[in-house]
Amino acid sequence: MGFVHQFWQLTVDGLEIGALYAVIALGYTLVYGVLQLINFAHSEVFMLGAFGGLFAARGLLPAGDTPGGLASVGLVLAGLGVGALAGGAAAFALERTAYRPLRRRGAPRLAYLISAIGASYFAFNLAGKEFGRQNVPLPPLFHNGVVFHIFSAQVTTQNLVTVGVAVLMLILLDRLVSATRLGQGIRAVAQDADTASLMGVNVERIIVLTFIIGGLLAGAGGFLYTITFNASYNMGFVPGLKAFTAAVLGGIGNVRGAVVGGLVLGLVESYGGYVISASYKDVIAFLVLVVILMFRPSGLLGERLGRAA
Amino acid sequence: MTTSGTTPSPEGTELTEPSVTPQRAPGPRRHRAVPAATGPGPGLLELLRSSPVHQLGACLAVSVVLAVMTGPDGDSDHPFHGIAKSVLAPRIFIFLAIGLAFWALVQVSSRLGAVKQVAGERLAPVGRVLETRPGRLGGNATLLAVAILAPQLVSSAAQQSLVNDIGIYALLALGLNVVVGYAGLLDLGYIAFFAIGAYVTGYFTTKTGMPWHSPVVFNPFFVLPIALLVAALAGVILGGPTLRLRGDYLAIVTLGFGEIVQLLANNAQGITNGPRGVFGVPNPSVNVGPVHYQWSLDPKPYYYLLLGFIVLVIFAFGRIERSRIGRAWAAIREDEIAAEASGVPTLRLKLLAFAIGASVSGFAGVLYASEQFFSPQSFSFQASILVLVVVIFGGMGSRIGVVVGAVVLQGLAFYLRDKVPPADRYIYFGAVVIAMMIFRPQGLVPSRRRRREIQLAEAGIHGADPLGAAPDHAA
Repeated sequence: MGFVHQFWQLTVDGLEIGALYAVIALGYTLVYGVLQLINFAHSEVFMLGAFGGLFAARGLLPAGDTPGGLASVGLVLAGLGVGALAGGAAAFALERTAYRPLRRRGAPRLAYLISAIGASYFAFNLAGKEFGRQNVPLPPLFHNGVVFHIFSAQVTTQNLVTVGVAVLMLILLDRLVSATRLGQGIRAVAQDADTASLMGVNVERIIVLTFIIGGLLAGAGGFLYTITFNASYNMGFVPGLKAFTAAVLGGIGNVRGAVVGGLVLGLVESYGGYVISASYKDVIAFLVLVVILMFRPSGLLGERLGRAA
Repeated sequence: MTTSGTTPSPEGTELTEPSVTPQRAPGPRRHRAVPAATGPGPGLLELLRSSPVHQLGACLAVSVVLAVMTGPDGDSDHPFHGIAKSVLAPRIFIFLAIGLAFWALVQVSSRLGAVKQVAGERLAPVGRVLETRPGRLGGNATLLAVAILAPQLVSSAAQQSLVNDIGIYALLALGLNVVVGYAGLLDLGYIAFFAIGAYVTGYFTTKTGMPWHSPVVFNPFFVLPIALLVAALAGVILGGPTLRLRGDYLAIVTLGFGEIVQLLANNAQGITNGPRGVFGVPNPSVNVGPVHYQWSLDPKPYYYLLLGFIVLVIFAFGRIERSRIGRAWAAIREDEIAAEASGVPTLRLKLLAFAIGASVSGFAGVLYASEQFFSPQSFSFQASILVLVVVIFGGMGSRIGVVVGAVVLQGLAFYLRDKVPPADRYIYFGAVVIAMMIFRPQGLVPSRRRRREIQLAEAGIHGADPLGAAPDHAA
């Protein structure tokens, strides 16, 4: 069972988790684009979206066997929708409490980072209190079988659902940012908020909407995450940090960069975890972050604040 | 690069009417005119300025959140039971009443500005006395006397807490204060250096605690300088390449570093003994000439040992603060570009702050390790955050402030120990941090300089911290 033998399977697994990192990374990159701030509480938006989607799907799940066909599709869509809504609502509340009051006062940048950390702590510990502090599994929503093989690797329904939905969301977001009026507003604010406001862009509104878009993506991504992994109150921290790594890896502020960064990070982590040891998987991801920041701080595709597209 | 600005889409409401006055730009890059009058608490003032209806909504929302925070727990099978039992119970009325009362108070107090001003003038002489040299000395002597008497007056459980929670965290906060408060750098993996100090102690003082150990064992006191150097070196290695980057990247790199150190401590069983932790570090002892003293399990002597080091560190950092280096740190914090242009070697000084902070953390790690057993759990991200919260709560840049922060926050945690489930404490910490950032960003006992910097930043002059160096978009 050498590395060569496992290569394709590791690639499939790496791409699956990488697609999820990409979806979460977009939230960091968008908010960084308009505010030049790392949204430390984005990981909790992801967590709340995951719980929202999980509870909705679990609540709708009929008793008995694993459903199939249209019922499965409906359940996954319901989970995604509720997850996205929960994420969007959480991001909105976050912007209202931890960002807007400070922005109105023109607080120093350090204050935003700290209030976001406070919000993150508040949110995940409150989730621990309300939803329990153990792992919560999502019951299977569809029959998970091998659909086809890529060389020696098995590609399962689960892989396809996760990657398919993630890719769809990434394409939608890319279109949104590059080809709509809202996207134009986001890019204008990212480029120069003062000038954008002089041109009649409602900057406050763009900021709120950017948070909400990031929250919708992270919430849906959270539900996708629970299809493969358990949900728990502190589930956000590690994927959040890795998604941030992915955003920086691709070049923060760069929407396509976040996607590339997510996929590269997922692959590196998957290969590295196999070659070295699965328990050092996280160490590998953090080392990638440190090395990238040291040698190429503008990321693989370069920072493109305000020129996302 | 605008691709399709001409195609109107359903979302086409983002551009407001041309006649609308410009919106206020987002915080970090805002250029606003200096307000004519600066009020007492800018956060509170902002709250006062908004409409009463808005405030009522905010107060009631906060009281509902408080009701949920203090209400019964839920669980994963019935996730919304906790919330439902908190909100749909008679107790909600108590919280709503508190919210209403607070709202009424705010409404009344907005008309009490004059009263506040008079009170401020009455208290001004006290403030002036405290700011004179004898006044400061007197105040500090009083605090020291209280600190010396404190363990005599409390229970033994509280004594233990004085050592482990307050003493160690006060020392850590003093170290982090150099990084965050003086140089304005955000370090989110500060506890990693504490862990390094503790593991260095494990390596040099015992042959049984860790699988990997030194051939000769020492008294923990002799490990203090070693741990100090190792931690400072780790700080330089980590800080050297990353301090060139933007401030918020530093935060993430240090966070990653903290995680790596904890993961290594947990997983490298052959070196660190893994999650079981390290037992058997000897208690420190003094054998100089006729003096023989052995610290033991009793917390009181440890407390005085820690207190001695804390006073020493406060004194030393006071000297640094007023030295050329301290002034250079203030210059970097306030305007890095101007400092650089004036010939301040910014990178070297930031590295120095990082190394000094790290060495204090390593130093505290030795004291912590030599007191009892330690495990990787003590070096979690939560601990890093707790130290940061202590610094911010107490008052960034103020040495007395951060110690007061440690006493108040950890004292609160000790007090809440039986009243609130321990895991819930972090909910309160998070809420305190947000509230602090909104209403009193300068902390409980702010340093004068820091308070002024925040006021200036809010008036749109300078960034108050080097994180203000946002990237140029043309790059």
